[in-house]
Amino acid sequence: MSRRVGHQRLHRPFLGAVGLIAMFGLWEASVRMGLVSSGLLPAPSALIPAWLDEVKGGFWQGAIRDSMTHYLLGLVIGSVLGGVAGLLCGAVPMLDALLSGVVRVLRPIPGLAWVPFAILWFGLDTAGATFVIAISVFWINFYAAHGAVQSIDRDLFEVAAAFGHGGFGGRLFKVVLPAAMPGLMAGLRTGLGQAWMSVVAAELFGVPGIGARMMQASSLLATDLVVIYMLTMALLYALTDMAFMLVRNRILGWQG
Amino acid sequence: MSNGEEAASDVMVRLRNVGLSHDGSRSFILRGVDLEIRRGEFVAVLGPSGAGKSTLLRIAMKLIAPTEGKVTLAPPATAQGRPAGLVFQDAKLMPWRTVQRNVELGLEGLALGHVERHARALDALRLVGLAEQAGRWPRQLSGGQRQRVGVARALTVEPALLLMDEPFGALDAITRAGLQEELLRIWAQTRKTILFVTHDIDEAMILADRIVVLAGHPASVRGDLAVGPRPRDRGGPAMQILAERLRALIAGDPDPAEAGYWRASEI
Repeated sequence: MSRRVGHQRLHRPFLGAVGLIAMFGLWEASVRMGLVSSGLLPAPSALIPAWLDEVKGGFWQGAIRDSMTHYLLGLVIGSVLGGVAGLLCGAVPMLDALLSGVVRVLRPIPGLAWVPFAILWFGLDTAGATFVIAISVFWINFYAAHGAVQSIDRDLFEVAAAFGHGGFGGRLFKVVLPAAMPGLMAGLRTGLGQAWMSVVAAELFGVPGIGARMMQASSLLATDLVVIYMLTMALLYALTDMAFMLVRNRILGWQG
Repeated sequence: MSNGEEAASDVMVRLRNVGLSHDGSRSFILRGVDLEIRRGEFVAVLGPSGAGKSTLLRIAMKLIAPTEGKVTLAPPATAQGRPAGLVFQDAKLMPWRTVQRNVELGLEGLALGHVERHARALDALRLVGLAEQAGRWPRQLSGGQRQRVGVARALTVEPALLLMDEPFGALDAITRAGLQEELLRIWAQTRKTILFVTHDIDEAMILADRIVVLAGHPASVRGDLAVGPRPRDRGGPAMQILAERLRALIAGDPDPAEAGYWRASEI
């Protein structure tokens, strides 16, 4: 059995790479053979010179720096606030009941709908973009934390109390936080992906960054630039998700 | 709490006229329970499922406050200990803590350094034969091993009273018999005072010095019987007579001994 698992462990990333190369190969071939017009979809080989121009001009690095700032700020603020609110509502039934109506009203409003208010309240800058991203991440973490607290094995509170940790701090630090950690981590990871989508939305209206650069490029029909920034975003997501999983696997080593 | 009556410090826990109600004294789960356990005694509380045995245990360790009556629990043997250590039915280890850290749970919050805490937990693990597993996760252990970690966790706080809530009830028969033997070895080695809840008559008779029968609605102490000398012959006549008496007490039938079925000397 362990041999099979070992095999699969080696095979999966390898096959993933093969699939990726096949996709780019097919893409390149279909443009070269004239199946797709290069005006509609630029070939991967055509992207490299365009990308080098972007790098030389400093636009690429600047866009990444701006977007990463929005992304990280929005992610951290939204995740922390959402996680804490979810933990509190999950742990305190009174608060949960009190806020259930408010949650129902606010929950279905997408982050994008807040853009006018983001501009009005914060302006066309980092704060405005951060706000839009934070809102979309907030709800994901709110529900993840809420659910995680609700599904804690109640008996563990008695275990904690029997061994001298029956107070608020004991319950919180010896039971609630560690027991809810897998759920919190799942919420964080979903938020990690959702936040990239919100980055584009938040920057479409003019806050500088990858989304804004894409918008400019598409208005000039510079499809090669659009594709470059699409791939850039994919790469950044892959990197942030990978870094997160390293941390997560360390914290949740007990799950095996 | 302390008003001199524990001067007879041999009493590790005393329950006086204890009752518990969850509906403002309209109906009681337990009522009029009197129980006294002395230093080094191994007492089993025997009764049918749902009789309130586990509740009584939690009242004895002051995890639940009784509606009426009084509980006096001896202080821990050392300043860096806790009055009571509880062993749960399904071990109830925290899955996110290693075996070692699970045992340390009760030591956290006491005035102990990290090194000392580690050493004490490891001592307890050694006592239950699991020192080698200290770095593993609970999910990597068998049911019997997990239960032994639960015992170590309760022992490491050096409790005046070790409380065990049907600790072997969820295990297979072979594992259970092994752990019963091991518990008797640990008891002989540490001379802990033990209050052991079970619904298994055989288990109570193999382990305990005294068997307290708890039954009825509301539950109260129906009988408090001494068990003969060790080692015990499970199939011997004295054991069979005792089992018969216990069964009668649980069912609420007249005590066969008092009804004159047997002469006292036989028991």
